[in-house]
Amino acid sequence: MAGLRARVYVTPKRGILDPQGKAVQQGLHALGFVEVGDVRVGKYLEMRLKDVSRDAGAERVRAMCERLLANKVIEDYRVEVDEEAR
Amino acid sequence: MRWGVVVFPGSNDDRDVLRVAGRVLGDDAVALWHKDRDLRGCDAVVLPGGFSYGDYLRCGAMAACSPIMDAVKRHAEQGGVVVGTCNGFQILCEAGLLPGALVANRSLKFICEIVNVRVETTDTALTYGCRTGEVLSLPIKHGEGCYVADEATLAALEERGQVVFRYADRSGRVTPETAPNGSLNGIAGVCNAGRNVVGLMPHPEHASERLVGCEDGLKLFRSVQAWVGRGARVPRREPSVVSGP
Repeated sequence: MAGLRARVYVTPKRGILDPQGKAVQQGLHALGFVEVGDVRVGKYLEMRLKDVSRDAGAERVRAMCERLLANKVIEDYRVEVDEEAR
Repeated sequence: MRWGVVVFPGSNDDRDVLRVAGRVLGDDAVALWHKDRDLRGCDAVVLPGGFSYGDYLRCGAMAACSPIMDAVKRHAEQGGVVVGTCNGFQILCEAGLLPGALVANRSLKFICEIVNVRVETTDTALTYGCRTGEVLSLPIKHGEGCYVADEATLAALEERGQVVFRYADRSGRVTPETAPNGSLNGIAGVCNAGRNVVGLMPHPEHASERLVGCEDGLKLFRSVQAWVGRGARVPRREPSVVSGP
């Protein structure tokens, strides 16, 4: 079975205050990027999985998000799983 | 009574808690290692402040996966006292033992100062010996202490009297300006439905001896003694307002 590469994107939930995003937005405005609206700062995680099918792997990564990688009180997450190039 | 203080890698207020419990109160106080699997007969377990696991991923997230947390959860389910201060509060939220979450202070600044908090309910393990409306002077020192929860959770907490402390001014008035970190509803501490698990951002362990200029924290330690002394080990059976990660 080919190895998998999973990408996990964790972002602050809509409606949850994101002071970091706000600070980055203000910084960009100060640099003249006046077109910038809402900025939200999140996390990106990458992991390799072995001995698991793509569907089962995606399911496992979602379970990891539910248990640890994201805090659903304040964060949303998105998972992408691809077969790794040999 | 016997106190247990859990030491995680990166905890740094554990010694202060042990000192207050052991030397100031004269109780039996033991340090519990995060890899331990049992609580060695402790009546009350304290998750201290600090930066467990370097605050990796999210504050308290890694500590919530520590081996000892299974025993802490069982203790809480059986009505045993569990108190989390600062990072300990973050760990309790991450472990799903308390509702809500703590995010970066609205100012994005680390805040280290003495604040006033108003006691909102005396029906908890940590405030049993206080008066409702009493204002306590306690230090805070945190970068991520802004309490948030979704609207439904927040409403349920308010309705069931699970908000234990609010940031206030010296006279006990709560305004948006009195919450230094931007916490919703000025919340500085909450409890679970059973009222035996309490988390707060302020540090009673740093304010329990005349030597350090304030003894208000001692009222909270004495409350735990009184709560344990009354033998209230049976949790109240109410629907729990808990939404863990």
